[in-house]
Amino acid sequence: MNAKAISQQQINELERGNGNGTLLSIRDLRVWFELRKFGFGHAGYVRAVDGVDFDLGRGEAIAIVGESGCGKSSLMKTILALYRPTSGNVIFEDKDLTHLNQEGLRWYHSHVGYVQQDPYGALASFMSVKRILEEPLIIGGVTDKAKRLERIERVMEEVKLSPVADYLEKYPHMLSGGQQQRVVIARAMIMEPRFLVADEPVSMLDASVRVEILKLLRNLQETHHLSVIYITHDLSTVSYFAERIFVMYAGQVVEKASVNRLLYHPCHPYTLALLNGTSVPDAENAKTFKEVPPGEPPSLVNPPAGCRFHPRCAKAIKGLCDCEEPGEFAVEANHLVKCWLFK
Amino acid sequence: MNEKPLLQVNDLKLYFRTTHGAVQAVDGVNFKLNANKAVVILGESGCGKSSLAKSILRLLPRNVQTYSGQVFLNNRDVMLLSEEDFRQNVRWVDMSMVPQAAMNSLNPVLRVGEQVYEPAMIHLGVRKDAAVELALKMFQHVGVPADFLNRYPFELSGGMRQRVAIAMAMVTSPALIILDEPTSALDVLTQANIFNVLKRIKKELGTSFILITHDIATSSELADEVAVMYAGQIIETGSAKDFFRSPLHPYSKKLMASVPRLRGKEEPDFIIGRPPSLVNLPSGCRFADRCSKKFEKCCQEPPTVSTDGRTVKCWLYK
Repeated sequence: MNAKAISQQQINELERGNGNGTLLSIRDLRVWFELRKFGFGHAGYVRAVDGVDFDLGRGEAIAIVGESGCGKSSLMKTILALYRPTSGNVIFEDKDLTHLNQEGLRWYHSHVGYVQQDPYGALASFMSVKRILEEPLIIGGVTDKAKRLERIERVMEEVKLSPVADYLEKYPHMLSGGQQQRVVIARAMIMEPRFLVADEPVSMLDASVRVEILKLLRNLQETHHLSVIYITHDLSTVSYFAERIFVMYAGQVVEKASVNRLLYHPCHPYTLALLNGTSVPDAENAKTFKEVPPGEPPSLVNPPAGCRFHPRCAKAIKGLCDCEEPGEFAVEANHLVKCWLFK
Repeated sequence: MNEKPLLQVNDLKLYFRTTHGAVQAVDGVNFKLNANKAVVILGESGCGKSSLAKSILRLLPRNVQTYSGQVFLNNRDVMLLSEEDFRQNVRWVDMSMVPQAAMNSLNPVLRVGEQVYEPAMIHLGVRKDAAVELALKMFQHVGVPADFLNRYPFELSGGMRQRVAIAMAMVTSPALIILDEPTSALDVLTQANIFNVLKRIKKELGTSFILITHDIATSSELADEVAVMYAGQIIETGSAKDFFRSPLHPYSKKLMASVPRLRGKEEPDFIIGRPPSLVNLPSGCRFADRCSKKFEKCCQEPPTVSTDGRTVKCWLYK
């Protein structure tokens, strides 16, 4: 046990992005959902998250990139303690979330902010902005009304919903998409969390507003020294936001690297495909076809044996990639790739 | 420029009646499109780009107040046709549309094959077996396996459903297909796949496209021409080559600057303010309030200036 703990610590040191200590660590996390036949017969598992390991430092922003159905939302919900992991641990400030009771979970939830993908769906349509922002404070035990209002006003200034008085009594449908997303961010920030999870915060917004919201999140992260997990499928926004990127495929993290390293020296064939698939505005694009790996992401009920990307991979090695699961190989310090090509 | 355009739109207007007044969704739009070309209509949400698509295809809601202008398709003004004539001989015969979120617009209780061959039976008057044959051919073009013909929409992934929707629009071999945000709900790799399909169709079948989108980066995958729309008007047109290199209108410039680049060094910028409400439009240039280059003349309606095959609706270029 002791020996294992030491090696784990060494891994932590290696993986940590900055020297400020770890806020959240995830150890060999698995989230499987049981499939049932006729309501009771067991029919297998959906392996939404299958062995994910990482550490999030204090004040560090990381991005998790992957296509829909790769398990990134399940991972996020488990981190938010909305799903119970099948096995593995989520450790926040030395406390294991899987062992927390109701009281403990409330303590945890007051330290995490959650920015949803669809701002309109995330805001209760019958509540005014003031009421929406007041709710977490009431639940969090701030009993003084004046104090609550002061906190609301401060956080609204921070997300640039000013003049505050103009917005307090408005309902979500009276706001534009960008303003709605600001309210969502304000709600996530109102308990002064140490840690923010943003699930595709800009994918529902217009191009011209996107950058504005990303910059706002970046500012909040820097001024409050927040840790942020930014979940997205759009690689082009990542470099403005995160320090490290994790690429997810079929329930597993296949590549972990710093942003610059990943954008300029991608290693995993899947990461390469994602980067190739991302467009940059250029009239030349219309003349060429894009190289896209054939097929579609695998079913998570019966993932392929060996490397999960091998049926779509042009570089797959027969007899190795299709039967043995690759481990994480270090290409460089802080650059890990789950691919046999880099052994 | 002797080439006869496939589609020419002159001074097209579409206003909706609401309790707050007329919504000027499309307000005097002019553009043309040659055969086997693709034009991209770029704009933010609420600028009237989907209404433009609907007004070209005459798919109008009930609260229309004004609907006027000319739409020449192969030199025939289709605006003069009666509703029935238009339905029988133009819509889905000469031009068809892939609606927004097309993957969710398939009928969930019909097999996808049925939905694809039905327009062929109705509009081309062919028998069922010939129509199925056509549907199969289209499935091949868009890259859907033939045995998907008997599947239901819920058995298909988002990308496959999108391809089916494209096959549905193509089955009658129209000369023009209008695509309304064809890939905005899809993943990166699926997006790239769909654009490969569209490029192949354009090359092999000679189809023309109107691509309506707010996503500048992916729009460049198909564009020959670009038209930028703002508050119901087209404010800039030009070839994709010129536009992506150096947009002219201050709004287009800002729009281009707001695109996050994969390996960009410069920070993307955003446009301050919001587009004007289409009910109470400002007089003069509609972008003036958000424009950093605003001067006295901007309070008057700007002229459309043409230079080297490009047009721009801005006082700066007069």
